[in-house]
Amino acid sequence: MYEFLTGPMLWVSFAVCFIGLAAKVVWYIRGLDWRLDRVTYTKNVKYGVRGALRSIGFWLLPFGTRNWRVKPMYTILFFGFHAGLVFVPLFLTGHAVILKERFGIDWLTMPQGVADFLTVLVLITGLGIIIRRIALPEVRIVTTAYDYLLLAISMAPFVTGFMAVQHIGDYQFWLTAHILTGEILLLAIPFTKLSHIVMFFLSRAQIGMDFGIKRGGMKSKGLAW
Amino acid sequence: MPEGTLCNKQPVTTQEQLDALLKDKGGELYYKEMESLDVDTEKLWASIQKTCKSRTKTWLDICAHCGLCADSCFLYDVNDKDPKQVPAYKIQSTLGEIVKRKGKVDNEFMRMCMETAWSKCTCCNRCAMYCPYGIDMGVMFGYLRGLLYSQGFVPWELKIGSGMHRLYRAQMDVTSEDFVDTCEWMAEEAEEEWPGLTIPVDKENADIIYCINAREAKHYPEDISEAATLFHIAGENWTVPSNGWEMTSLSMFAGDWEACRMQVEEVYAAMDRLKPKRMVATECGHAFRATVTEGPYWAGLESGKPPVESIHYVEWVAEALRTGKLKIDPAKKIKEPVTYQDSCNYIRNAGLRDCAREILSYIAEDFREMAPNGDHNYCCGGGGGFNGIGRYRKQRNKALEKKRDQILATGCKLVIAPCHNCWDAIRDLEEEFDVGIRWTFLKPLLLDMVIVPEHLKPEE
Repeated sequence: MYEFLTGPMLWVSFAVCFIGLAAKVVWYIRGLDWRLDRVTYTKNVKYGVRGALRSIGFWLLPFGTRNWRVKPMYTILFFGFHAGLVFVPLFLTGHAVILKERFGIDWLTMPQGVADFLTVLVLITGLGIIIRRIALPEVRIVTTAYDYLLLAISMAPFVTGFMAVQHIGDYQFWLTAHILTGEILLLAIPFTKLSHIVMFFLSRAQIGMDFGIKRGGMKSKGLAW
Repeated sequence: MPEGTLCNKQPVTTQEQLDALLKDKGGELYYKEMESLDVDTEKLWASIQKTCKSRTKTWLDICAHCGLCADSCFLYDVNDKDPKQVPAYKIQSTLGEIVKRKGKVDNEFMRMCMETAWSKCTCCNRCAMYCPYGIDMGVMFGYLRGLLYSQGFVPWELKIGSGMHRLYRAQMDVTSEDFVDTCEWMAEEAEEEWPGLTIPVDKENADIIYCINAREAKHYPEDISEAATLFHIAGENWTVPSNGWEMTSLSMFAGDWEACRMQVEEVYAAMDRLKPKRMVATECGHAFRATVTEGPYWAGLESGKPPVESIHYVEWVAEALRTGKLKIDPAKKIKEPVTYQDSCNYIRNAGLRDCAREILSYIAEDFREMAPNGDHNYCCGGGGGFNGIGRYRKQRNKALEKKRDQILATGCKLVIAPCHNCWDAIRDLEEEFDVGIRWTFLKPLLLDMVIVPEHLKPEE
């Protein structure tokens, strides 16, 4: 089992994730239609690029937009959650070791204490996001079981990883569970809303170009996100 | 496939059809017929497959259901934060469902969609600024309106409105002759006070072609004479076209894209014919949106721009004040506190917020911003066709509360509203709530405070 999960299955998971996401990017860009979307994507490119970068940049910045500022609690939950989700898998020493052992690649790593902190942050903010979904009527009405499933898929590798690293219970069990849930996450990404890993940037770039080229970007300093 | 005599999938293309609709007071029979109007599900799905491409599909698919759009919507706010007014819910439960069910929806569902698309969204696009993914639900509601229109599920007034555009190339029955007559009449009246003032019709190679909202020709002709007077004082070389003078588009509110195209092509033809240097658009928001922002796409212009540079009236005024073509008498500046209604269609959706503030810096001594304002302004409450739909009057009146409270919070009694829709909504909110405010376009204000050059001074 362990051999399979860390061998062929790992390759398959990464391949599906990357190829799937690449296919989504190609599909999205090919599906943009200047006439249907009413945005001349290939004209006034300078304004389009500026609009896209502003649109992405301000939203990537904590408290960078008006909505991030008027919803500080959510902003903290959101950025805490995503900081852990993005940085822990990428820069965990335990992951870098595998890269080094298998491919001889020296990878950037973060101190274990930071990784532990971010992992706990993911779990706490994830819980906060779940509570918010249940507590707020305006969120509850749009929430579906699928949303909880995605939260579970996203958080499972952190729960299992945390258990393994802290040596709580059966180490081998939690390690195997961690690899399995990690692979499920990788496999789920291109086929679910988790594809927002790339679609966020594309969608934000699109609306940025819309406002940047057509809706005022050529006449103002840019929309006040 | 039952279709009504009035409520059906066909656009209005003859005077008889238009008259029949107009005779049906309040659309009583029209809405009755709508209850048994069949949905052509195959056509609906075929249309979606052709037009719902990656942008819209992605918007529908990746919505994270975070609810962050809720508070961005003034209709959610004024309706006691009813979860059913959350933008994401409104679009997912209508367009989202139609797409999910591959167009297989019934009459009742379509009527629910109609009510949502025209009474729960004014297409102000504010939610687009508050969604982390940049999902623009206003744009999607515009798209949904198009689907609904093609199936005959459109409010009575807008079926008439888009029919007017098809028959008259204007939102109401104003013909080219009517318009030219009105201009002549206004020029004659104004000339008594302003010797030498003319309203040049169809003058070629003018610096400015001036286009308007048909309401001005039909109901407020003095607006045309005010515009003429200001152009006269500013010494502009301008003209109006006998055809293609109408910039509004009730067909845009209706989702009748074919009529939208027909309407803007009339204006663009006037530009091509008369070869002006620029077009100046009257004080209307949606007219500008239709003719300048969206129109080029309906007409298939690959530049994404009208044939000649086109600016809104506030841009012309700001420029005239900046360059000294119009000079304000300091003694006549507005002394009382005054606020400004940012029209969604040319502020958030056309980038003119600074332009409006520049004008105010010249004409007002105590300008007070609403909160929020500029790109983040709230809809007046009557945008997107809401003002004109009798069936949703109650909802519209409720929607006015937001603007009422915003205006009252500024402490101002005077609101400058250079947009016909906003102007109407603010008039209606005064009528509805009796809060003691006044509202105005820019033209009459400017006429009261502008310095008239010696050589143009009216004879005593």
